[in-house]
Amino acid sequence: MSTVTVSAPQTLRRNRSAPRVRAWARRGPLLPALLFTIVVTQLPFVATLVISFLDWNALYPDRRGFAGLGNYSAVLTDPALRASIGTTALLTVSVVLVSLVLGLGIALLLNRAFLGRGIVRTMLIAPFLVVPVAAALLWKHALYNPEYGLFNGILSAVGGSHAPQPDWISTMPTAAVVAALVWQWTPFMMLILLAGLQSRPPDVIEAATVDGAGPFAVFRYITLPHLRQYLELGGLLGCIYIVQNFDAVFTITSGGLGTANLPYTIYETFYQAHDYGRASAAGVVVVVASIVVATFALRVVSSLFRQEAR
Amino acid sequence: MRRILGVVAWLVGIAFFFPVAWMVFTSLHSEQAAATNPPDVTAPLTLDGYREFFGASTGASPWPYLINSATASLVSTLLVVILAMLAGYALAIRPVRRWTDALFFFLSTKMLPAVAGLLPIYLISQRIGLLDNVWLMVVLYTAMNLPIAVWMMHSFLREVPVAILEAAALDGARLPTVLRRVILPVAAPGVAATALICFIFSWNEMLFARVLTGVVAGTAPVFLTSFVTSQGLFLSKVCAAATVISVPVLAAGFAAQNKLVQGLSLGAVK
Repeated sequence: MSTVTVSAPQTLRRNRSAPRVRAWARRGPLLPALLFTIVVTQLPFVATLVISFLDWNALYPDRRGFAGLGNYSAVLTDPALRASIGTTALLTVSVVLVSLVLGLGIALLLNRAFLGRGIVRTMLIAPFLVVPVAAALLWKHALYNPEYGLFNGILSAVGGSHAPQPDWISTMPTAAVVAALVWQWTPFMMLILLAGLQSRPPDVIEAATVDGAGPFAVFRYITLPHLRQYLELGGLLGCIYIVQNFDAVFTITSGGLGTANLPYTIYETFYQAHDYGRASAAGVVVVVASIVVATFALRVVSSLFRQEAR
Repeated sequence: MRRILGVVAWLVGIAFFFPVAWMVFTSLHSEQAAATNPPDVTAPLTLDGYREFFGASTGASPWPYLINSATASLVSTLLVVILAMLAGYALAIRPVRRWTDALFFFLSTKMLPAVAGLLPIYLISQRIGLLDNVWLMVVLYTAMNLPIAVWMMHSFLREVPVAILEAAALDGARLPTVLRRVILPVAAPGVAATALICFIFSWNEMLFARVLTGVVAGTAPVFLTSFVTSQGLFLSKVCAAATVISVPVLAAGFAAQNKLVQGLSLGAVK
């Protein structure tokens, strides 16, 4: 009798706490990664947000104070920063679109059997595997250089001593950066799209062919709808990485000639001008813009992910 | 028609590969031969560019930079894989409640531009004396790659058959044992894909390394930036440097082409 009265509350307590303990036991393995990510990647953004409201230039440490929205109005009215927003958009959209289209074409070429397909695929992947700074240096010095670069070298080899010798980077700076980036990112798009092509259900294509669908109809009504998600995945991952591109702009043009994108401008504001407040405000502007893109991106990834989970 | 398309594919492949081949070819020329216009393709080959890169005449060795890069990339990759496997377990095998929210939280952190967090990281590292320290880069690269890795590990661990997990649970195996003895062997290809991507991204990273490191902890890409504004005869040296520093990534990527695809698609493509 007495044993029952003593043990009853204990059992009750265990029943109440057991699910909670079990839930924490489940969360346990997740926590290190979660905490690490929050501390190292999210808290700095909070600090950036705080600094963006401060009047803080490292060159004038005594003048630190509250700036209100001053940095934001400075950022949004600064023609250089405004221009860099446009440059970022231009760079991102042109690189992503061109490399998607090229990547799709090449993926279609590689999706058929031919002699040496493995070798061609390996050659195509190479640009993506060159370290980005090294690739940018390669384009800047070994290809674009007006005196000894390969492009002008080919022109004078073909056209003789009177061949035109353009200074590629100063005459078309944005196109020069875009071309180098397209060269690196086309293989990325190609790999994702090729994987998409190879996951096409073969029986559907076979049935369509039996029903008399030509190769164009198969592409238009079967391949393209199937590839849509892969195109979106490639496009959005490309956007995420190219919006943040720093290496190519820094190396090829050093941000000059109207090629400074937002990451480069933020880097300059903070690294050269030491204007911490304004650099942070620019950072917040970039984050807000990214959230808009990211919301859309997450939706696409989650649809891909749901379909895969079926 | 078929044959023509095959030829076209070859031509496109050669066109894309050509700049890489040109980089290696130029690195094997003397500076004088590398700077000729039109290019002198018959010039004798030499390893002088590589000797210069390794500091033959200046005495400035790139080895500290290469070792820093290797340390930062390999240690951060190891940490990422361990943390991501644990997280993947809690997201895919014995999922926590609302595990999809956790998964998307990880992915969303990757979409915020890292440059916006650079200044506070700089100021904090300065205050606690971690500037120009390779371990700071290890921590940052771990954080940089963790979201992608968690996402990938989740999609690979979902493939682990439930039956073997139940068998392990019946035998009373604890989590570390289960991860090492049961899950790792099954998910090994996925772990390899994750590690490959994390290694490449850390090895390539330049912006943070440039701002946060200097002479002591500088990484290989930081070393390369010293060539951005170079003048004079240096083309074969810069090509040698670009080649040497790209070799680890090229080797790893070529050796594991299929892993590359898996990794780039965040594990969505098997």
